[in-house]
Amino acid sequence: MDALLAALDYLLGIPVLGWGTHIGFVYKALLLLVSLLVFTAFILLADRKIWAAVQIRRGPNVVGPFGLLQSFADLIKFALKEPLIPAGADKVLFLMAPLITATLALAGWAVVPVDNGWAMANINVGILYLLGISSLGVYGVIIGGWASNSKYPFFGSLRAAAQMVSYEVSIGLVIITVLLCVGSLNLNDIVVAQRDMGLATTLGVPWLTFLNWFWLPLFPMFVVFYISALAETNRPPFDLAEGESELVAGFMTEYSATPYMLFMLGEYISILLMCGMTTILFLGGWTSPIDLPPFTWIPGFIWFFAKLSLVFFMFAMAKAIVPRYRYDQLMRIGWKVFLPLSLVMVVIVAFVLQLTGWGWHGGVA
Amino acid sequence: MRASQFFNTLLLKEFVSAFGLAMRYFFSPKPTVNYPFEKGPVSPRFRGEHVLRRYPNGEERCIACKLCEAICPAQAITIEAGPRQNDGTRRTVRYDIDMVKCIYCGFCQEACPVDAIVEGPNFEFATETREELYFSKEKLLSNGDRWEREIAANLAADAPYR
Repeated sequence: MDALLAALDYLLGIPVLGWGTHIGFVYKALLLLVSLLVFTAFILLADRKIWAAVQIRRGPNVVGPFGLLQSFADLIKFALKEPLIPAGADKVLFLMAPLITATLALAGWAVVPVDNGWAMANINVGILYLLGISSLGVYGVIIGGWASNSKYPFFGSLRAAAQMVSYEVSIGLVIITVLLCVGSLNLNDIVVAQRDMGLATTLGVPWLTFLNWFWLPLFPMFVVFYISALAETNRPPFDLAEGESELVAGFMTEYSATPYMLFMLGEYISILLMCGMTTILFLGGWTSPIDLPPFTWIPGFIWFFAKLSLVFFMFAMAKAIVPRYRYDQLMRIGWKVFLPLSLVMVVIVAFVLQLTGWGWHGGVA
Repeated sequence: MRASQFFNTLLLKEFVSAFGLAMRYFFSPKPTVNYPFEKGPVSPRFRGEHVLRRYPNGEERCIACKLCEAICPAQAITIEAGPRQNDGTRRTVRYDIDMVKCIYCGFCQEACPVDAIVEGPNFEFATETREELYFSKEKLLSNGDRWEREIAANLAADAPYR
């Protein structure tokens, strides 16, 4: 009975046992989920607006002021339309695929620290968890493409599978270089390490935190990670899995209404997750860029989402300005450029750290 | 040469310069016409939705000469003529235009000796069903009553060039 009450206290934060003034796990999860979904709605709009602005268009501007409510109107439209299921499709898998994509994308956020220690689960192998979850994301795409029982979705899912697997390799190696510098797999530690050590600290100006972040010492890896993240999330210019000039809409061709919306949602949330990973690994997570009063007054989670939005802006700009890659070019970059480059960097970073004794040796989180 | 190419590729030189160009366009004023709220100018010669016009005293202009029916390349116009009940003048009993067939070439208004059938400035007459696009005489006459002011102005504006 006591264990049950304690579990209830933990999950809901209801003070059934003494002073349970903390926020419960369920409420935390709900808060993260809702704010993430609302954030995704505006990110979707931002994507369209940025794309439009580069092409000297206005983008959606009718629903609400500046079209701010466009995504919510789209949500209502998707929810009210009829979901079509092709006669030859495997019904169960067909409907399960978008669920897998959306659920896995959301699950990844469980370990992301949006502020110091503000993670749903501050586990000590957080980065491995993220890598695993983003690898599992390919299942939604493969199952969706196969279960549609149609040519274009099948080609799209085959392409997506090969592409995501290829770029996971370079992403993994990039993460290894960061881990070598930090010496911890905990996402919170990775951010704390970037706050406490680096170029600015070495130069004796520790308040210039943005020079401390890993984007500067590991700049080539930052670029490789950015491009690999584009490929990993099937974003243009690497959106061959849904290249509409050849495959209609790739693995999403047969989807409509709510299942399609779940695919879209999952895709954008995993894009945000990749932006969040870039922020944590290279842009110092929740830390303010300059450790002086006007900047430190702003809470950490706002810095985190500001940096995340900045990275997403770069994602959106890449979509707007870079033409789509050919499939063999995509594979060439993945296997013949990024893989050797990141492998060499792993060796170099390991040597430098071993010879100079640099690196983070723990600290107060 | 090879080294400079290597560093240009490594530092994403093309991407960065394209980014700069894109940012210039990003902040440039947008030429988009915000359509349902603002509309572009329409020429007086614009050939839009058909109307049947009347004289200022309310008498319909059409005398059922069937020139428009004869010239219509899409054969979208169907006319039946006969003497009118009250005064026995030759008028149309039936004047149908199949707006689905119509190619908006403007031959009918060119053929018309009395400026009765005219293509007006209206282009926003989309309907929910196909049947609504089979315009009858009543529909065309009511269109004429609705658009008479604009059409008269357009005809006057274009008259010096004819």
